[in-house]
Amino acid sequence: MDPAYSVILFTSSSGAGYGLIAWLALARLTSLWHISPVTALIACLVALVLITVGLLSSTFHLGHPERAWRALSQWKTSWLSREGIFALLTYPAALIFTAGWIRPEVPPVLMTAAAAATLVLAIITVISTGMIYASLKTIPRWHNSWVVPVYVALAIASGGLLFTLVLAVSKSASQKSLIAVLAVLLVSWMIKWLYWRFIDRQQPESTTGTATGLGHLGKVTQLEAPHTSENYLLKEMGFQIARKHANKLRRMAVNLGLLIPGILLILAGVLHGTTQLALLVVALVFGLSGIVVERWLFFAEARHAVTLFYGRSL
Amino acid sequence: MTSLPKSTQKKLGLVTDLDICVGCHACAVSCKEWNAGGHSAPLTDTDAYGKDPSGVWFNRVHVFETQDDHQTRTVNFPRSCLHCEQPACVTVCPTGASYKREEDGIVLVDAEKCIGCKLCSWACPYGAREYDADDGIMKKCTLCIDRIYNENLEESERKPACVIACPAGARHFGDLGDPQSDISTLVERRGGYALMPESGYEPVNRYLPPRPRKDRAGDTGTTDHLEAAEDAVEGNTFFKWLDKALTR
Repeated sequence: MDPAYSVILFTSSSGAGYGLIAWLALARLTSLWHISPVTALIACLVALVLITVGLLSSTFHLGHPERAWRALSQWKTSWLSREGIFALLTYPAALIFTAGWIRPEVPPVLMTAAAAATLVLAIITVISTGMIYASLKTIPRWHNSWVVPVYVALAIASGGLLFTLVLAVSKSASQKSLIAVLAVLLVSWMIKWLYWRFIDRQQPESTTGTATGLGHLGKVTQLEAPHTSENYLLKEMGFQIARKHANKLRRMAVNLGLLIPGILLILAGVLHGTTQLALLVVALVFGLSGIVVERWLFFAEARHAVTLFYGRSL
Repeated sequence: MTSLPKSTQKKLGLVTDLDICVGCHACAVSCKEWNAGGHSAPLTDTDAYGKDPSGVWFNRVHVFETQDDHQTRTVNFPRSCLHCEQPACVTVCPTGASYKREEDGIVLVDAEKCIGCKLCSWACPYGAREYDADDGIMKKCTLCIDRIYNENLEESERKPACVIACPAGARHFGDLGDPQSDISTLVERRGGYALMPESGYEPVNRYLPPRPRKDRAGDTGTTDHLEAAEDAVEGNTFFKWLDKALTR
């Protein structure tokens, strides 16, 4: 599949935003961490900006962005429609939750309810994003039970890296907290690793033989393409990446996304003040770039059934 | 709504005979010509000429080669929308622009509602949908709804453009939901099949397989093997000598 930058930006940016606001909601609900209200407020706003930038960028690839509101109508069958609805439903809860950190008008009960709703809706929205891909039977590398866990886990992990900054600014980035974020990061990339292992062993049912129904005549190959240059189908769904490059990029994603931020998180655990904050910022930058590479690969490695008609394999 | 009708009154569709398709592309060109001015007009060409032409087409003619131990065959293969009974392109549509008609089963796009998100093209394994970058919406085969119900046309012409154009008679149109229809009996007789049945989209269109070839001596009533010239002269010393003498 063509790795369109608008969709890569959307899923990684809004994923990080939903992840961050979920951590903040958890912090509010559990009192596990001490966070200064003003820092929490700013962090909530940052999360909302990330979410909004992501959502807006996802409309950039539309042919008719002005009709985007119509996408909210088909929730009965379409995961894209559901994603849009959950994204919109998250806003009122998240706005009350954001304001509640400093505004006395928001009573504690409402604040708790808003935090819980924000946490649940943020995760449901990310699940919906994953389901858009996981529901497509045409793309075996997406149509499996690993895709949604990967989307949710990496959203929480990237949100976690942002959350460490909130903790550092609030002077509560204890070793325990940083280890918790590190553990989440490690588990997320382990899920991603399991996804890669799964797609490498996958043996899709459909072949050029079943697609054309000519399999009973022997091995079916493309003798001549129907058109002399690339058409929409090949540009959108025929993107190919060499296996050796894919493997190299997978290693790069893990190094950027897990290894470097992991080491930095450990180092940050023994440091304090601005040095700690600076290390955590660097960890965040690496962590997010790892996810962007992972997301690019998620598209680039996916093969679409229509390419069977062009003599390729899934 | 992108919810599918429980059943459709008719299942209009196409049947393509792969045994006699000659791969002339007349169906594809005729489709392009009619539809460039039809229901989904225009079928934008961003570059119609030159080395790298690019534009929207509803019908593409592939050529495949099949090979087993016995023989190699060339099969011409027109590919267009199969008007599935379980069209994932319809159910994934977030706006309700894609729909399947209850009355005849045709899958269409409402150009006024489509936002051009392309998800339907991702959901279709048959490559039936192409994006018109100029119009910003998705386009697809309409089964020529502007021909098949068009009372301004002679009744004999109320068929999809590809069917009318085929010089080999390889394309047929009709109601595949009616087991008594000509097209259904043709499918029955020739063992017509659906593409990629394992995916579960239940296409309405059918393809008729290439017939088995009678390409071995004996298949057509001739003697099943010919004696080699060497053997024919064996036994007769005079002819053997003559053969040798002349070969020299």
